[in-house]
Amino acid sequence: MPAVAQQSTEQMETLNDESVRTDLIPIFIMGKEYDVPSTLTIQKAFEYAGYQLIRGCGCRGGICGACATVYRLPGTAKINVGLACQTVVQANMYLTMIPFFPANRAIYNLDDLKPDAQTVLKYYPELAKCMGCNTCTKSCPMEIPVMEYISAALRGDIEQAAEISMSCVMCGICAARCPAELGQYNIGIMCRRITGKHIKPRAEHVREMIERVNTGRYEEPINGLINSDIETLRKLYVERQMEPHTAPEEWTPDLKDYL
Amino acid sequence: MGYTPDLLELIKKVEKTRQLRVNRKKAGEEFPALTLEQRKDRLEKYHPDYRAGALRELKVGPSKGYSVAQEIADQFEAKSRIDPDKIDLDEVHYETDVLVIGGGGAGTAAALLAEEAGAKVIIATKLRHGDANTMMAEGGIQAATKSWKDSPYYHYLDVMGGGHFENDPLLVKTMVSEAPKAIGWLESLGCMFNKWPDGKMFTLHGAGTCRKRMHYAGDMTGAEIMRTLRDEARNRIKNIGVLEFSPAVELLLDDKGFCSGAVLFNLETEEYFLIKAKAVVMATGGSGRLHMQKFMTTNHYGATGDGLVIGYRMGVKVRFLHATQYHPTGAVFPEQSEGLLITEKVRGAGANLVNIDGEQFVFEREPRDIESSSIIRECEKVRKGIPVPGQKGKFGVWLDSPMIDMLEGIGTVEREFPAKFILFKRYGIDISKLPMLVYPTLHYQNGGLEYKPDGYTSVPGFFVAGEVGGGVHGANRLMGNSLLDITVFGRLAGESAGKFVNERTEIGKLSVDHVRQYHKELEATGIVTDRVSPMVLPDYANPEVRKRQLTTTYIGSLR
Repeated sequence: MPAVAQQSTEQMETLNDESVRTDLIPIFIMGKEYDVPSTLTIQKAFEYAGYQLIRGCGCRGGICGACATVYRLPGTAKINVGLACQTVVQANMYLTMIPFFPANRAIYNLDDLKPDAQTVLKYYPELAKCMGCNTCTKSCPMEIPVMEYISAALRGDIEQAAEISMSCVMCGICAARCPAELGQYNIGIMCRRITGKHIKPRAEHVREMIERVNTGRYEEPINGLINSDIETLRKLYVERQMEPHTAPEEWTPDLKDYL
Repeated sequence: MGYTPDLLELIKKVEKTRQLRVNRKKAGEEFPALTLEQRKDRLEKYHPDYRAGALRELKVGPSKGYSVAQEIADQFEAKSRIDPDKIDLDEVHYETDVLVIGGGGAGTAAALLAEEAGAKVIIATKLRHGDANTMMAEGGIQAATKSWKDSPYYHYLDVMGGGHFENDPLLVKTMVSEAPKAIGWLESLGCMFNKWPDGKMFTLHGAGTCRKRMHYAGDMTGAEIMRTLRDEARNRIKNIGVLEFSPAVELLLDDKGFCSGAVLFNLETEEYFLIKAKAVVMATGGSGRLHMQKFMTTNHYGATGDGLVIGYRMGVKVRFLHATQYHPTGAVFPEQSEGLLITEKVRGAGANLVNIDGEQFVFEREPRDIESSSIIRECEKVRKGIPVPGQKGKFGVWLDSPMIDMLEGIGTVEREFPAKFILFKRYGIDISKLPMLVYPTLHYQNGGLEYKPDGYTSVPGFFVAGEVGGGVHGANRLMGNSLLDITVFGRLAGESAGKFVNERTEIGKLSVDHVRQYHKELEATGIVTDRVSPMVLPDYANPEVRKRQLTTTYIGSLR
């Protein structure tokens, strides 16, 4: 079978209208040299070089954490980190992706967890081995002060650990770099789930609405809409009262019949 | 890094009109919204779905005669990846009660509920568990949870209006009625929604909503939901197994016509495996990576419509695939952020869309298709778009995010949009002080496989949930109803599948006759093609490199 690909999508991401890129720079993918356009992200550079990514590629938008990458620039010993989909290539960078990291993950039943330090230590005893080196913080592509949330978890401030770790994309670079062998991102999500479930007050208005729905009070009004002709429906739609943008939380509409 | 000098010069025009626009908003004066007639006109003239050649009539399959996007028709009018005569149906590698295809939000919710109904579950997913569009959803999840001002009745009206009153009414009724329960369930799993100190959830407007009912977790609501559901599934490892990098490339029926499993493809070893199941939940999501009309997309790498293709091949009808959703605000600058979604919540929080002269040209909370059409009009017809540096012929408009800090107080942008704030900061752009350059980007598959409110389809044992299904959003989905869709219908399909397997005692002889039939139909219609589908992975590899891979054969986009 000939090498026929879906021509319509080919190269759309990597190249714009220019057919020949003149701004090529050398990069070293796992030690091997490839010339790639200087404006590409590391992810698109892999593709430009000829790779078809299977691992190390997910959302392509900096949120799924699939494309953890470490790299070094010439003339320095420093190991830099980034998400391949978010980091633009630099000349002569040496790089590799870390598409998977086998960090420890505890299995737990959220309902049974108590929001205190003992809980986290019970499931993640390695937490106590943290030596405060701050390598995790320095290696976070989301610029999260990782060590701060680990310290918070250690002293039992689960809520603070949750809040600090909120924008974690679970890429695993922190764990890959940690000399104490912690799986920070797994500790982070445990703290967030404990916070969401056991620390933050429950939203009572949600329960109230669930009960109202269960009583069947909206059945008839909604069935009425289902059975309306399209003109009636359009009219109701156009005339429905809009909550003003700047209205306070306690705003109420004039018509309360269908609440 | 950062904006070019030319763009910085143009931004001055936006700054010039900003205070006036903020004052108007503070006084409660909004840019006039379009009437229903004007909306219709704008769609027909400027929406990409209405362009000549956008759609093509299907020549084969259960929805023969229906016109869908060309790129989807290409996938439907293609051969299977497997040869039905070569596959050994006696060699079964995995067996389970419920097979969930797709490891995103809908699939994971379905797996959890099926497990709760007593079933053993396997999730088969193409990438990693959680690498899905759910992860990327930013703005929020709609639900009428505030009984003093809102109810499912109003949510119903909004959904129908947004979908141009074409939606499947029963699906909509189910979605809006189950919505409060979905929020309560996510909260009970530990999702950290933004809340007041008393536990009351923050809610905002989205485009096309009459009440503020968008619940959110910063600007990473989908990520918060996805990682929570995934974490819970991982805690139930005894009953929920996950096969990553194993997309389904064909479905299996048994001799009674019940869906009974799938053919999986191990992307790493390039082997095909059979998995036998008493029920299958299809939750593979959308198809943005087919790049309709060559639009850039916000979708994740795996969004190639696989489930749509194999479900259709098995005989399930499709609907609303003539309507593709273009999100109004995809980033067009800098190059490395191209196509990236800028959440609608930015407009929900009050940011205007303005043209090259700093003029507002559309109300910022029109439904998505109207908003997108208006941006395209401003660039193509009115010709007041902003040229994108380095990309000849491409234009964008300004999304004036600094207004938000002026309306809600300094620091709001950074607090409410932390992910986007960091991302643009990396590019040297402070979005609390400078606007973003945006253009519509391919975002959502409004339509899909036909299914009923409880997830059932025309094929027994086959259930559908989430973006792969069509009907609930009509021809246009509103913001915040996708996370709701995947949660509500994921739960319902999982529950239905879990109950279904309790009653299904046995699986008959496995069959891929439907594939054989489909191939015959293709032949009979005279479609000659070497296309194969599903696509599985999009092809962004360098064509020059491909030319030199002399010993390799590609089937579709895969080696």
